Amino acid sequence: MKLRARQPYTGIPRWVSGLAVLSALVVVLPLVAIVARVNWANFIPLVTSESALDALGLSLRTSAASTLLCIVLGVPLALVLARGSFPFQRLLRSLVLLPLVLPPVVGGLALLYTFGRQGLLGGALQVLGIQIAFSTTAVVLAQTFVALPFLVVSLEGALRIGGQKYEAVAATLGAPPGVVFRRVTLPLILPGLASGAVLSFARSLGEFGATLTFAGSLQGVTRTLPLEIYLQRETDPDAAVALSLVLVAVAVAVVALAYGRPGGLQRQGPAPWGGSSRRPTTPGAAGGTVR
Amino acid sequence: MGRFFPAPDDAGCRGRDGPVSFSFQAAVAQRDFDVSLALGPTETVAVMGPNGAGKSTLLSTIAGLVRPDTGRAELNGRTLFHLGSGIHQWTPPHRRGTALLAQEPLLFPHLTAADNVAFGPRSAGVPPRKAKERALQWLAEVEAEALAGRRPAGLSGGQAQRVAVARALAADPGLLLLDEPMAALDIHSAPLLRRLLKRVLADRPAIIVTHDVLDALVLADRVVVLENGRIAEDGPTRQVLERPRSPFAAGLAGLNFVTGTLTASGIRTAGGQGIAPDLEIAGHLEEPGEAGQAGAAGLPGAAVFPPSAVSVFLTDAHGSPRNSFPVQVTELEPHGDQIRVRGGGLAADITPAASAELGLAPGIRAHFVIKSAAVSIYAT
Repeated sequence: MKLRARQPYTGIPRWVSGLAVLSALVVVLPLVAIVARVNWANFIPLVTSESALDALGLSLRTSAASTLLCIVLGVPLALVLARGSFPFQRLLRSLVLLPLVLPPVVGGLALLYTFGRQGLLGGALQVLGIQIAFSTTAVVLAQTFVALPFLVVSLEGALRIGGQKYEAVAATLGAPPGVVFRRVTLPLILPGLASGAVLSFARSLGEFGATLTFAGSLQGVTRTLPLEIYLQRETDPDAAVALSLVLVAVAVAVVALAYGRPGGLQRQGPAPWGGSSRRPTTPGAAGGTVR
Repeated sequence: MGRFFPAPDDAGCRGRDGPVSFSFQAAVAQRDFDVSLALGPTETVAVMGPNGAGKSTLLSTIAGLVRPDTGRAELNGRTLFHLGSGIHQWTPPHRRGTALLAQEPLLFPHLTAADNVAFGPRSAGVPPRKAKERALQWLAEVEAEALAGRRPAGLSGGQAQRVAVARALAADPGLLLLDEPMAALDIHSAPLLRRLLKRVLADRPAIIVTHDVLDALVLADRVVVLENGRIAEDGPTRQVLERPRSPFAAGLAGLNFVTGTLTASGIRTAGGQGIAPDLEIAGHLEEPGEAGQAGAAGLPGAAVFPPSAVSVFLTDAHGSPRNSFPVQVTELEPHGDQIRVRGGGLAADITPAASAELGLAPGIRAHFVIKSAAVSIYAT
């Protein structure tokens, strides 16, 4: 095998490269297949039908809400897991990651037996006049349940790599914990938080099993795009394929946003006041890559 | 040796004798650390010692980043911690007023230099505009006002450390803690920062951990030598470097240090650290008690002498066995315009000409002869 100019020796055996091509095909081929199956002539009417737009709108709204919920709940959890020290810490970490490997249907059932009318909190919620199961709230809860681990994992990584040196310095400068969190920790983990949020959003957007089990499939209320696709598959395969393509496009956009650009989601703003940015800074090495 | 060291600044208050603004005593069993220390209101103490001696533990404990098992510390009348049986007082790091300056500048990468310096005042509740004004003043104080708008990524190591000094001072600490602030700087930046620190440390209490004897000389009124989590030596910088009482301090000052038992006219070596046992070194006892040098005989002690007081001979042709050590030369290295000859746990400085004449090389057997007049003996 001739080495291409300026390409350093890699040491990858030829059969490994062969298997790598095969594995890439496993992912890429189905995508090609679905694109090939799209009925382009009717594409626009198919994806703009009332039920499709309802589903897409609902998906975007609920995914945005669950991502927000993931951030609000996930940041404290990641902080406590990464930096705290308490009994059963390892056990808690394993449990938090469980939704990553749990079949979503099982997650949906679990949620149903927690928030449903007959569930663990069902009685208490009913007294308060709150009905969660089979509502849009249930969709958001189901999505949060499956997406939270993505945010926690990526954030915990960012927190661990960074260590606590900056926080210690900030404290010796007189900053109470709240100020340290707001002015030091949060800005430093922003890149990890952003990529975690993007992943959570993507996971929420694709959520199917837990939503169907816990929230049902009611047009405009709980029928998100994946549910709509599954439903249309029986009656109108062309519509299902067209909507699938929309989801694929959104997924590609999300992945590109999170991992595409060099330096990714890291901050590289100019100095906000009176700053001279004449000094050359390499992307990635400067400003943004802080931890 | 005294003439090599600048006179200490007597204006500085001595924590050991004079008024005390900071007192500290703490034990950390897990790290085998047990140290007590006091500082005067404007005193700067250099903490030195081998790696793992507990220097960083000392600073972390003062700053509140490490919690000792037992102990008590007060800064300007306020209790930093008081831990013991039944007592549990603990001031969190942000209420201690003990700013920490580390080896790395650790400037917050997302803030400009000025915002970094303003961080302390902002945390203390100073309004943003006022805090920024104060930050610019401190940046000017460290000759870094031109860097105000820069991000840390755009600063050199020396610039960043200067900004870090300004940031620490802007927090108006009651005690400034410096953990090897010059260690990560190149040879051009270090002198600049040292000069800066000398100016800003002059009128405030500070503890500086350092490996560089120059820092101790330039910045500190007092040197504390830590070894194995204990204070091995504590005294005015000049005294510690002129009359070291620990092998570490002797090494810092570039002096030979031999332990043994005092005799009427000198010391009998105990051996160890490569030094042959049961050899006599004549010298004069410093600070003899009422009983004089003879009266101190039998006490444990140490002999200290500079390498320049050691001559090298190939044969033992000089009669008296006293002050003559048979050694095997282990190392030769240039030292200024002299050659430093090491062997038998001692160092000798001779001229390159003499070294060539003797044909010295590692492995050769030789005799180190010590001039008695240059040997200081202490009871330890």
